[in-house]
Amino acid sequence: MNALRKLLDKMKPTFSEGGRLSMFRSVFDGFETFLFVPNSTSRSGAHIHDANDSKRIMIMVVIALIPAMLFGMYNVGYQHFLAVGRLAETGFWPVFWYGFLAVLPKLIVSYLVGLGIEFTVAQWKGEEIHEGFLVSGILIPLIVPIECPLWILAVATAFAVVFAKEILGGTGMNVFNVALITRAFLFFAYPTKMSGDQVWIRQDDVLGIGEGQLVDGFTGATPLGQVAASTEPVAQITNAVGEPSSVLDAVVGLIPGSIGETSVIAIALGALLLLVTRVASWKTMLSVFVGGGLTAFLFNVGGMESPVAQLPWYDHLIYGGFAFGAVFMATDPVTSARTETGKWIYGFMVGMMAILIRVLYPGYAEGMMLAILLMNLFAPLIDYCVVQRNVSMREKRAKSVNSKI
Amino acid sequence: MSLFSKQSKEAFLTPLFTNNPVSVQILGICSALAVTAQLEPALVMGISVTIVVALSNVIISLLRNTIPMRIRIIVQLVVVAALVTIVSQILKAFAYDVSVMLSVYVGLIITNCILMGRLEAFAMSHGPWESLLDGLGNGFGYAAILVIVAFFRELLGSGKLLGFEVIPQSFYEAGYMNCGLMLMPPMALVLIGCIIWVQRAIEAKNE
Repeated sequence: MNALRKLLDKMKPTFSEGGRLSMFRSVFDGFETFLFVPNSTSRSGAHIHDANDSKRIMIMVVIALIPAMLFGMYNVGYQHFLAVGRLAETGFWPVFWYGFLAVLPKLIVSYLVGLGIEFTVAQWKGEEIHEGFLVSGILIPLIVPIECPLWILAVATAFAVVFAKEILGGTGMNVFNVALITRAFLFFAYPTKMSGDQVWIRQDDVLGIGEGQLVDGFTGATPLGQVAASTEPVAQITNAVGEPSSVLDAVVGLIPGSIGETSVIAIALGALLLLVTRVASWKTMLSVFVGGGLTAFLFNVGGMESPVAQLPWYDHLIYGGFAFGAVFMATDPVTSARTETGKWIYGFMVGMMAILIRVLYPGYAEGMMLAILLMNLFAPLIDYCVVQRNVSMREKRAKSVNSKI
Repeated sequence: MSLFSKQSKEAFLTPLFTNNPVSVQILGICSALAVTAQLEPALVMGISVTIVVALSNVIISLLRNTIPMRIRIIVQLVVVAALVTIVSQILKAFAYDVSVMLSVYVGLIITNCILMGRLEAFAMSHGPWESLLDGLGNGFGYAAILVIVAFFRELLGSGKLLGFEVIPQSFYEAGYMNCGLMLMPPMALVLIGCIIWVQRAIEAKNE
């Protein structure tokens, strides 16, 4: 630690104003504050100090995402080996290694493009480098299908960083969740690479690992895709080789889906960390599940005759991106509601909208992305109403006290 | 007023860039979103609007001293509607495919804010020659934005320009895909935003 500090101190004059590399000042500053809490304090006014600055909050979210990411890598390998019929003969490590090699390029591309733009903009405008992309960069690969081509991912990331974040003023000023804008862009611009039944399971080998022909009767659809496409009143959910897939598979996460969204257990581990460190709001998180569960339950008992409406309410919460969105996306402190009452309303509406889109709009098998983006838009309005209500209540109280006097 | 005085030059040139009806006054956005998925309808739309603005400007300018102030909007509308109907009929007769592509948007030129804006702000208080130049300038300014937007939308959205394949087949074989979002109106809005962005950056540099 000391050696690192000394190295940074030695390098500092080169990057300071007038130094040889002063044009890269913000890059240096970014890395320095990334490694150490800045030692400077404000010189005027009263400020609340807390070591928990936004860089450390972001890192906490990244750590919380690691279980989902590691499991996602394993699941990519698992689904592939299942699809080529070689799962029984392959050990744990080759399966994980396959998934690791398949996911890693996406992670690199996402960070390279996103951070590249952020660094360039910061240098160009002479501002500090914002750390907002730390989380987005790991979220983006986790919410896309494994077969999404890298160049498309790069285009979408660039689009989202520029148009959803930088033009609005950078980190903390964005109206929409940047990672979700990336996904929405992909979803509408390249629908064949983002939906359907061909993109969720990787079929080719990676660097010679996992060669093999697809088994007969291969189906690559996600559980929600199967439910949406089902012609029977109660959908039969199967895995890639056509065997029935149980709820336990979905909880563990061994189902096709976006890379990081499948495992409820891995997501729960992340959620636990976020809640214990109080990085994410438990109110938002809980109310998303309540809203989604209640809406799905009403469809269950309401007797609407469609396989999606009849999918048990707890299945709605564990299939698809619901849990992932509720834990990592809806709780984004920038784009969600900030008032305490607002958090309840916001979360409930996210869950409700997600299920409504799933059930009532057959074109979209998954509704979480659109639900969160929609509610992102309404979050400021919710906050405004909550604040105004408080203002008018206090006003009324003040008047009644005055009249008594 | 001489033919090429400073004033008449200005009337023609400012709407092309510094006072562009779309990118500066933010008028006519609706049609700019609707007809720019391909280059051909955008070009035809640009030409149609140019003709209608220029002619209606001249007519209103000639009539400006005889139009009672109270009913001027109705008079303007009658002139514009007549011209739009003529343009629409000509398109149907000579370029039926394009007129089908443009569908209602030719008729909706009547309600295009650029037209009423120019008639009210310029033609009612200027001579016919200047009004003609102003109309042409605004029409070209509008058409220019439409063509730029349509160029990118058609190129990136369907890999074509004016209906011809311009992106080689080898690109597609290498994994390139057309961006479906480019064919939807939101992307036109983003592209217009980019044009405004570039324009303001240039102006900020010039100041």
